Amino acid sequence: MPQRITLDPDMPLRARDLVGLGIDGQRFGLPLPSTTRRKQVDDMLEAVDATRFAESRVGNLSGGEQQRILIAHALISRPRLLLLDEPLANLDLGSEQEVVDLLARIAREQRIAVLISTHDMNPLLPVMDRIVYIANGRIATGTTAEVVSSESLTKLYGVHVDVIHVHDRILVVAGRREEALQHGDTESIVELV
Amino acid sequence: MFSGLMLTAWESASIVAVVAGVVGFFIVLRGSAFAAHALPNGAFAGAAGASLIGVDAIVGLAVFSILGALTIAALGRRARHDVATALVIVLMLGLGSLFLSMTTEYAPQIYSLLFGEVLGVSSSELVPIGVIGLVAIAAILLMYRPLMFSSVMPDVAAARGVRTRRMEVAFLLVVALTTTMAVPVVGALLIFSLLISPAAAARSFTSRPLGAMGLSVIIALATVWSAIALSYLSNLPIGFFVGSIGAGTYGAGRGFSAWRRNRQASPRQSSQTLQPGVAG
Amino acid sequence: MPGFLSPLIEPGFFSNLPVQTALVVGGVVAVVSGIVGTFTVMRGQSFAGHSLADIGTAGGSAAFVLGISPLFGYVAMNLMAAGVMEWIGIRRPRGRDLATGIVLGAALGLAALFLYLDTTASSTTGATVNVLFGSIFTLPASMVPFIAIFSVVAAGIVLVMYRPLILTSISADLAIAQGIRVRLVGIGYLVALALAVSLSAVTIGAILSTALLIGPAATALRITNRTGRAAVIAAGIGVTATWLGVLLAYDSYYWFPNGGGWPVSFFVVTLIFLGYLVSQLRFSGRAVAQRRSSAAQAP
Repeated sequence: MPQRITLDPDMPLRARDLVGLGIDGQRFGLPLPSTTRRKQVDDMLEAVDATRFAESRVGNLSGGEQQRILIAHALISRPRLLLLDEPLANLDLGSEQEVVDLLARIAREQRIAVLISTHDMNPLLPVMDRIVYIANGRIATGTTAEVVSSESLTKLYGVHVDVIHVHDRILVVAGRREEALQHGDTESIVELV
Repeated sequence: MFSGLMLTAWESASIVAVVAGVVGFFIVLRGSAFAAHALPNGAFAGAAGASLIGVDAIVGLAVFSILGALTIAALGRRARHDVATALVIVLMLGLGSLFLSMTTEYAPQIYSLLFGEVLGVSSSELVPIGVIGLVAIAAILLMYRPLMFSSVMPDVAAARGVRTRRMEVAFLLVVALTTTMAVPVVGALLIFSLLISPAAAARSFTSRPLGAMGLSVIIALATVWSAIALSYLSNLPIGFFVGSIGAGTYGAGRGFSAWRRNRQASPRQSSQTLQPGVAG
Repeated sequence: MPGFLSPLIEPGFFSNLPVQTALVVGGVVAVVSGIVGTFTVMRGQSFAGHSLADIGTAGGSAAFVLGISPLFGYVAMNLMAAGVMEWIGIRRPRGRDLATGIVLGAALGLAALFLYLDTTASSTTGATVNVLFGSIFTLPASMVPFIAIFSVVAAGIVLVMYRPLILTSISADLAIAQGIRVRLVGIGYLVALALAVSLSAVTIGAILSTALLIGPAATALRITNRTGRAAVIAAGIGVTATWLGVLLAYDSYYWFPNGGGWPVSFFVVTLIFLGYLVSQLRFSGRAVAQRRSSAAQAP
């Protein structure tokens, strides 16, 4: 799933139509109405908790709602691996949490691997299993506990990095040379299995 | 109003309207209004050239609009092509005026090719117009799903195996066919209006893609039929009515969606009003 | 006139009054179009300019019905259309192409009506050709002062707002941060554009006027990456193409097929297009890269 998909609010396309494109959008011909097809779409909409706005115009939905529809679109073709590029970008805190929960639930229920790239791993920390941390042209890989520690991140950046635990959240704070973090040349690839 | 020449006019215009409604739906969806404007202008030169060398106008129209479609597809590979395309449009129009200046019927020809002459279609031309129309509609229905997919999310469609480049070229060729059959009826400058206005209005009234396509056909038919009737009764050119009815239906569509948004926004202060682009 | 030029320039070219008017008007208009067009291309508004030109046909043909010079029709219609475009543009950036297209369709419909009325009222068909494809040779000398006034206004607006225009073309946000009233600059620019399009329409016809406006400017911006120099080069290319076009059209009275003469506009448009093509081949890639980097540094 690409990072940003702009959906024109004037486009005559309902949320369920977009999910339907995931089944057979690449095939020629008209989408003929069939009960199995409709059931498939309905089930998927329910799985991502989107039945409420299934008939709404997809361009009119909020960022979080659109993200859920796009996930449903990607899932309906029954992939074994779901790749998401910055799925949490441009979302407010509430929607961010909803999407994270949804992804974790899908990974568990549908038994598929979910691979996410993100600049901000904080919202994903509670649910992720393994991480590939890329910074300064180097990588660190392992479980969350192994990688997100003061020791391994300090080694990765070449400056002192503190990892602070606040409630159940983790904050990564850099030492004097803050540029590395602020310029955003870090990228984490997070895996939920 | 329904005899002889007029009957041919009704028939040809109805075929054009159905095709324009179907093809226009995808033009608006894909945002290719620019191509829909450029192709008929290029076809004008073709028709003018055909009349100069004494070939059937439809041959010239077909050759030039297909060449135009391929040119736009080629130019589309580069990111910013508006200058090049605008210049090509103008060059084609200039070429058309040159060709016509060499024939004896300069001004009337220019007028009917650019603004349409619904009575200028002879009953023998109905067959090619019908055949081209059928081919265009069949092509759109055949490509419906991948075309829809690549219009909505080009990157995802490409990842799922849709040949988006080929879709684009194939679609432009369909627009070229539509141009070929529509220029003799509504004129090169006003096809644009007939392609865009009904489809743009239709999507304000329904969110279902197939429903919007059907509605677009109905509005296009209504536009053309009332344009012919008004033109017949008032003795004024059909192009005037096509252009102004088109603008009217588009305005009505925009008004309707604004009204519906206002009605929806007040009871349900949900995500919709939070999005700046939607509320405005 | 030196003898060796006579195969090129038909005798009587310079002593002919319509030709003199055409050369003066064409020259002035080409200069203004070149200057305004440079900003049109820089602002990426070629299609807006093109739409304005098409919409202008309604004004030009209405002027014929009223029996006044088409120039006034173009100016009135284009100013109105520019106002509408500004209004739509501010209120709803999304779907602007579509809205422009619909307005364009309605305007062309009006043009069809007026041209039809012209034809039935005067039972001549000259108006259609005159409005759409121009007829610089039939331009009365009495129009020259008006053309001069509109030209001075259009060029004046651009020169007065020269620096704010460049800045707003690069980034509206940057310009706002510097205290420029972006909307005012935008309106001023659209007025200049409307005037330039009207002047071009008188010279080479309403639906062809895009060529004179953006062709030379696009070519010039391929050659140089400095705005001021580009405007001068664009004006130069425009004047050259227009004068050569007038000359070739004058000569073409003796070409195939006999007696008619080829349209001036055809020559002007073709020359401009050829110039653009040559610059594309010659300067492709390099100039673009340079312009990008200079645009990034310019503020």
